[in-house]
Amino acid sequence: MLEVKQLKTQIDTNEGVVKAVDGVSFTVEAGQTVGIVGESGSGKSVLAHSIMQLNPVPPTFYPEGEIIFEGKNLLNLSERELRKIRGNEIAMIFQDPMSSLNPVFKIGDQLVEAVLTHQKMSRQDARARAVELLTDVGIPDPERRMNDYPHQFSGGMRQRVLIAIALACNPKLLIADEPTTALDVTIQAQILELMRDIQKKYGTAIIMITHDLGVVSQMADKVLVMYSGRIVEEGSVEDIFYRPSMPYTWSLLRSLPRLDAEAHERLINIEGQPPNLVSPPKGCNFHPRCPFSTEQCLEVDPELTVRGDGHFAACILSGQEFDSEKKRMEFADKKGVPQ
Amino acid sequence: MSEALLEIRDVNMHFPIKEGVFQKTKNHVKAVNGVSLTVNKGETLGIVGESGCGKSTLARTIVGLLEPTSGDILFEGKSILDLNKKQMHGLRRDIQMVYQDPFSSLNPRMKAGDIIAAPLKAYRMTENLEQRVKELMDLVGLKAADYNKLPHQFSGGQRQRIGIARALALNPKLIICDEPVSALDVSVQAQVINLLEDLQKELDLTYVFIAHDLSVIKHIADKVAVMYLGKVMEMSDSESFYKHACHPYTNALLSAIPLTDPLKEKERQRIVLKGELPSPANPPTGCVFHTRCPFATEACKQDIPSLEAKGDAGHLVSCFYPMNVEKKSSIVNH
Repeated sequence: MLEVKQLKTQIDTNEGVVKAVDGVSFTVEAGQTVGIVGESGSGKSVLAHSIMQLNPVPPTFYPEGEIIFEGKNLLNLSERELRKIRGNEIAMIFQDPMSSLNPVFKIGDQLVEAVLTHQKMSRQDARARAVELLTDVGIPDPERRMNDYPHQFSGGMRQRVLIAIALACNPKLLIADEPTTALDVTIQAQILELMRDIQKKYGTAIIMITHDLGVVSQMADKVLVMYSGRIVEEGSVEDIFYRPSMPYTWSLLRSLPRLDAEAHERLINIEGQPPNLVSPPKGCNFHPRCPFSTEQCLEVDPELTVRGDGHFAACILSGQEFDSEKKRMEFADKKGVPQ
Repeated sequence: MSEALLEIRDVNMHFPIKEGVFQKTKNHVKAVNGVSLTVNKGETLGIVGESGCGKSTLARTIVGLLEPTSGDILFEGKSILDLNKKQMHGLRRDIQMVYQDPFSSLNPRMKAGDIIAAPLKAYRMTENLEQRVKELMDLVGLKAADYNKLPHQFSGGQRQRIGIARALALNPKLIICDEPVSALDVSVQAQVINLLEDLQKELDLTYVFIAHDLSVIKHIADKVAVMYLGKVMEMSDSESFYKHACHPYTNALLSAIPLTDPLKEKERQRIVLKGELPSPANPPTGCVFHTRCPFATEACKQDIPSLEAKGDAGHLVSCFYPMNVEKKSSIVNH
């Protein structure tokens, strides 16, 4: 349904051109949930905004690539044609439910506007549709709540309203940019459950962008791991969580605090900081932080290579080499723990 | 056991809501409501709760930024509420704080070195100042060459290290860490938690570690307290806490944490709490949690459960119907 091919998004800054998205390709099929994981600065949000072309131009520009949605390349469409797609066929939920709603309009009016922008119906029908949407996203007493202002809603409720607005036109694709990051865990659990229900009911495809590997393992069918503007590993949830083949994914999984850890168990950290995108390191972007890096990594910039059915990783180590390195490392860790 | 360094006795922190021309007090926001805690020397107490549960307010009363409405706070056996300004100034050396947001808790116009030196200057410990600052920077894993850099030239994790160095400058006995890692990326979060653990061993520190993430707490705390609407719901040593958590709220929190194991994640059953946190200005009658509790009965709406030992020694729970092991294993399987 959606196919992104070799997309490059670059941003002009005072310090130079930032390659925020650097040759990313992936596909989303109807009804599928694709999780995009990465740390801050990995380019995941810029990628999401690129699909909808919400990045301001300039300073952003798209020197290369195609974004094909139902046979049309979105990068070639005019602003007018784009507006027909935005919010109608592709909708987006943003991270911050506090600032995504207009504080001076009633919730109901904002919903009705979303419905009327793309659909021809009377104001009355649109209002009925808005009430139906609020019911769908689990807002109690929707008729009355239509007349409330955003400040009268809590964070979780506002996120529900934003989901309702996104669903207003039955979009085929929903892009959720860190939809639960600003919420508490118990509210996060509610919102994730709601998104799963919505997907079942409407059959919407979801692109779920997050930094939380736990959220991805719960929601996604397919996972893309991003690091410094590139996809470094792609695979099914099982591939990524049980058979990670790129040292970054593997290290990231190991560095997570776990509930089943021993008390005071030492976390295994990834040394160093994410790279500066103005002047990324030579060779593999991850090599300065990689526990397995060799001299070769300084020179070779690895491409995504096949590691299994639908499983790709960007690393010069082959699957076997990586496995033996992993074992050696895990063994050394066990021995290294002073106890 | 070792001696208590900090004792919080039945502390209440109520903020008045004022209305009208005469600013008449209409009601109170009961941010902290009858909390008692003890932290022993060399120990880490983890305080967990959602936003609005009063955990940060409690932290601010401990460092003396807020004066509690009632109750007592004892540091090394002496009440800190009776102290005069001068004595309080002396005490502040011993209790330091690390803040959540490494972006707004550092002055953007001050050099990293000067930020770390500020507390030393405030206490006129200016002998070998630069030497001491460099020692501190080394201690938290910053390069001495970074002395003259400004905060914006550092990444989030490094800024948090500056904040930690500043807190360590006066050799405190107790450090209050208010969500020190929640603004950081996962890969950097591990670095900062490990650093805090190392420093504790090296300098014999005591921590009060506030977080909303129970899995982070597991790696650092000796004792855990769960707060909800200004009250402690469950408190115990870390081992018993994670094995035998029996308050429904604690179990809901545990089951809300997404696991990084897709198969287990699909299999497990969750307690998804209905509704949202009630307003602390009008907390529910009876047990404050009853409006969202899946097991609430009539009794929970009327009577307030007290925080008392259930099961393991020292495992305190404030609930009429604590969940036993069988009931729990059917719901939470990690």
